[in-house]
Amino acid sequence: MMKMLRDTRLMFIRNMQHTLRSPVFIFVSMFQPLLYLFLFMPLLNGLGSVPGIPAGKTVEVFIPGLLVMQALFGSAFVGFSLIDDIRTGVIERFLVTPVKRPAILLGRVLRDAVVLIIQCVLITLVAIPFGLSVNVGGFLLSLLLYALTGVTMASMSYGFALIYKIEDPLAPTLNTITLPVSLLAGIILPLALAPIWLQDLAKANPFSYAVNAARALFAGNFQNVEIVEGFTIIIVLAILLFLWGLRSLEKMSS
Amino acid sequence: MVGDLVIETKGLRKTFISKERGGKKEVEAVKGIDLTVRKGEIFGFLGPNGAGKSTTQKMLSTLLCPTGGEAKVLGYDLAEQQEQIRQNVGCVSQAGGADLGATGLENLVLQALLYGSDTLTAKKYAAEFVERFQMSSFIGRPASSYSGGQKRRLDVALGMIHHPQLLLLDEPTSGLDPQSRAYLWEEIKKLKAEGVTIFLTTQYMDEADKLCDTISIIDNGKIIVTGTPGELKSNVGGDTIVFSFPSEETARNAETLLTEKIQVEKIQTNNNSVYLYIKDGERMLPDLLRSFDTKSLEVQGIMLSRPSLDDVFLKYTGRSLREDERK
Repeated sequence: MMKMLRDTRLMFIRNMQHTLRSPVFIFVSMFQPLLYLFLFMPLLNGLGSVPGIPAGKTVEVFIPGLLVMQALFGSAFVGFSLIDDIRTGVIERFLVTPVKRPAILLGRVLRDAVVLIIQCVLITLVAIPFGLSVNVGGFLLSLLLYALTGVTMASMSYGFALIYKIEDPLAPTLNTITLPVSLLAGIILPLALAPIWLQDLAKANPFSYAVNAARALFAGNFQNVEIVEGFTIIIVLAILLFLWGLRSLEKMSS
Repeated sequence: MVGDLVIETKGLRKTFISKERGGKKEVEAVKGIDLTVRKGEIFGFLGPNGAGKSTTQKMLSTLLCPTGGEAKVLGYDLAEQQEQIRQNVGCVSQAGGADLGATGLENLVLQALLYGSDTLTAKKYAAEFVERFQMSSFIGRPASSYSGGQKRRLDVALGMIHHPQLLLLDEPTSGLDPQSRAYLWEEIKKLKAEGVTIFLTTQYMDEADKLCDTISIIDNGKIIVTGTPGELKSNVGGDTIVFSFPSEETARNAETLLTEKIQVEKIQTNNNSVYLYIKDGERMLPDLLRSFDTKSLEVQGIMLSRPSLDDVFLKYTGRSLREDERK
């Protein structure tokens, strides 16, 4: 256990150093949600009161969805960095040292989670001038939710990277998964606007629960059962996908 | 460990399942090999591309799980004691595996930490190898900026950082310029002098010949012959001696003389030259020259060539290793 912690710390530092060597990319990958904030959110304001968006609460409903979007899209493509490490033999080199296998992957997803939290805080700060009023405790707790969402997506991305080992099939695979799960999560517009069949479909999407939980947390509705629901589902999903990614890593040496 | 065996394998096999159109297909990369590597030697694993060299090395380093057979590395069972093997064996893969974004020094320190050193020791080990492999002029730069030779030095240092008793080197000089090659050969010899056992995979005959104490030649997943470079070459048959004479007539006379005088494996005359294939040519040569003298046959030139490992490969596989290199 001590060795697992030590190895994870070493791998986390190594990956964090990688990120910090070109920190500009932390900001570049925030571009998509910021565009939605600047160029799309004003449209919602013009709609007035619609189902799922109480009058005057547009920003409070929109921003949590935007942060989940960042967690989904920002983490979905981290697998490309792993393919680079596979190609240059770095992963094989790690695998013949006594380093614990889970630490190799944990060090990466923890780095991804930290980067994501920084991005979410920045996006939220940018949203304040747009009239965002947020429950601070709820916001801080929601960061954990985004981090778990990010870990889920990053693990999936690494899992596919370890299976394919080349770039070409990775982007289409990740796009094919990320786009429907984000559309079905009510990120941009609340699912309350959707017809019943679409709402039912969204219930099968675990990330829609994360979005609901994040909106409840922003509003400070700590009694809301959606919070526990969202956390439970996303924790289970994060663990499952991490274990799947780990299995893909272990398959490299089989 | 039995006696002083560092690696011992029996019937080691690896089968890959490759998915192709029309279903799965089994590919036997290593078809049951028996190896013994003795303590302190440089063991050469020589063969063409795709022969199964890297697959074997990956099994020995615990990176790949054997499909069958058994192996002991440093006395540890390959199937049961992978942790101990990883801790005590150094490994340099063909790709090298240096993190190109990081500096050489960051690479070395992290590698030592991964083998369990504390920070202070890790820095000490890194400094030791920077000095040893003369890397101080570039070690602070990102590894992506290194020349082929510089990167290889870093790769080998990464494999040696924890001072293992056994070092596995997979084609360490592939793609290097002659100077870097020679430098690396010297370093490998020094490691041997310090008592490190080296398992060296190579497709270069000259490399195996110059460096290795024992060589196993592998082709198509099977070991076809094992021995010291000298043994292997003398098994192929004799040396080749080429005598040049002033005229074709003299050459013909010389051929007749040689055929009468000694037991030759093969002799042929081509223009003014006689090609003699003979065992132990080096020791026979003075005697042959004296008999030419007696018959007043004037020799203009002599060339003696000993058999190369390529001839060994040719004898056992019917193909030239050089042909495979060109493909």
